[in-house]
Amino acid sequence: MHPAFSVIFLTVLLGFGQGTFLALATAEIYAYFDLLPMPPQSYFNAAGAFVALAFLTGGLFASFFHLGRPERAWRTATKWRTSWLSREVIALPAFMGAVFLYLLVHFFEWNPVIIERIGAPPVTLSLVIVAIGTVLAFVLFVCTAMIYASLKFLQEWHTPLTVINYILIGGASGFLFTAVLASIVQPDLTYFFGGLSALLLVLATGTRIASLIRNLRLRPKSTLQTAIGVHHRQIAQKTQGAMGGSFNTREFFHGKSPLFLKSARWGFLVTAFLVPFALTIVAIAIERPEPLFLAVAIQAAGLLVERWFFFAEANHPQNIYYQSIA
Amino acid sequence: MTQLALVIDLNVCVGCHACVTSCKEWNTSGLSGPLSDFNAYGKDPTGTFFNRVQTFEVGVYPNTETVHFPKSCLHCEEPPCVPVCPTGASYKRAEDGIVLVDYDKCIGCKYCSWACPYGARELDENQKVMKKCTLCVDRIYDMNLPERERRPACVLSCPASARLFGDIHDPESEVSRAIREQGGFELMPEWGTKPANHYLPRRKMRLHLHEDELVRADNPLKKEEYMPKPDINEPTLDDVMPW
Repeated sequence: MHPAFSVIFLTVLLGFGQGTFLALATAEIYAYFDLLPMPPQSYFNAAGAFVALAFLTGGLFASFFHLGRPERAWRTATKWRTSWLSREVIALPAFMGAVFLYLLVHFFEWNPVIIERIGAPPVTLSLVIVAIGTVLAFVLFVCTAMIYASLKFLQEWHTPLTVINYILIGGASGFLFTAVLASIVQPDLTYFFGGLSALLLVLATGTRIASLIRNLRLRPKSTLQTAIGVHHRQIAQKTQGAMGGSFNTREFFHGKSPLFLKSARWGFLVTAFLVPFALTIVAIAIERPEPLFLAVAIQAAGLLVERWFFFAEANHPQNIYYQSIA
Repeated sequence: MTQLALVIDLNVCVGCHACVTSCKEWNTSGLSGPLSDFNAYGKDPTGTFFNRVQTFEVGVYPNTETVHFPKSCLHCEEPPCVPVCPTGASYKRAEDGIVLVDYDKCIGCKYCSWACPYGARELDENQKVMKKCTLCVDRIYDMNLPERERRPACVLSCPASARLFGDIHDPESEVSRAIREQGGFELMPEWGTKPANHYLPRRKMRLHLHEDELVRADNPLKKEEYMPKPDINEPTLDDVMPW
């Protein structure tokens, strides 16, 4: 497939936004069970929610560049019964709404107790929003990933690993970003988030490599024989019906050399996974946040390459019909 | 239920592209037009087409066969492009099974083109909406046209009659009979899309000539060798008799 920058930015930024919110939610749940030495302060949660909302807005903004007719985008919410894209269009504003409420609650420090419990800490409004927002964050992850995983012809995407990777990669990037934010706003939480981001990064590395190995071993279901229904071992395309390009030759080919693809694969494995992990461990070991800043910058660049590769790697069966110009 | 479809005979198609040009001509000036072209006379011409003829060479030289392969939307009975559409712009008509795009609802997100394994859908770069073969829906029901012209433009224009058009759910239709009796097949059956359009396979055509079909025996007696057989260069009875 031809990787579109709008969709690369959309999915990476949404991952950052969801991951950041999930990091705030994790800290709040830890604090509820009194597992943190110092609970996250309202100004930290407000800052985190603001950044998460900024990421999500950025992603939403990027998505409009993918549409030929953005003024009709409101129509996309109508076919949620069948289309994962439509479901994503509903899940994204719903999740953004939850993050916005969370921002309001902590910005105005208006956090009333919703449920009083005997022998347990009270459940506050913030915790209720965390619960709803967490569900919506996962719903959004599943919707975004299923847009790709549901296309059975794109065998590279048609696997549960696609959904798992979107969740783990988005989570890892958000937690790492939250660690950097904490180092500025509330430093005592820095290594809590840093440690969790390293853990998520290890898991994400495992599942991403698993999907890479799976995809290298894939055998395409469609062949030139099934594509034109001629059962002969030797078939060569002589013309594709047009000398100039067409939508079919632009939309479904990445147009890069195999070497470029290979270097992108190793490039993102190093920059999005290995280097941020090493830097995070270093930051925790020396208890200084500076390596985290470097880690988040390198990982952001690496994730753009990762998403580029995710699209470029997928080989659409229609490409069988476009192997030779003339 | 009706399912209109094309049946394309790969044994007959000569690759003249008449279906391509007539399709473009009809549809660029009709309901789904314009099918925008860019750089039509420049260096890298490109544009929207519903139908293309591709050519494949089968076998190893010198034992090769050239297969001309017209390719357009197959109007699948299980169209994978329809459920993925987030706006409902892509739909399959219940009454005749034609898969269409509502150009007023399409947002040009291209998701349906990703979901079509055949590459049958194209984004019109001018209107920024998805376009595809309509099976000339604005023509086949037009009562102002004489009945024999109420067929898709590509079918009418094919000089070799390689393209048949009809209802594949009617077992007695011309297309159903062609599929049944001449080994009609679907493209990429492995995906379960059940394409309505079918293709008829290449067939080996061999002419068997016997000697008595080449050498004329005017007189059965001569054939039975009661009389000497005439030389092949001698005038026959037809040449000399004034009947």
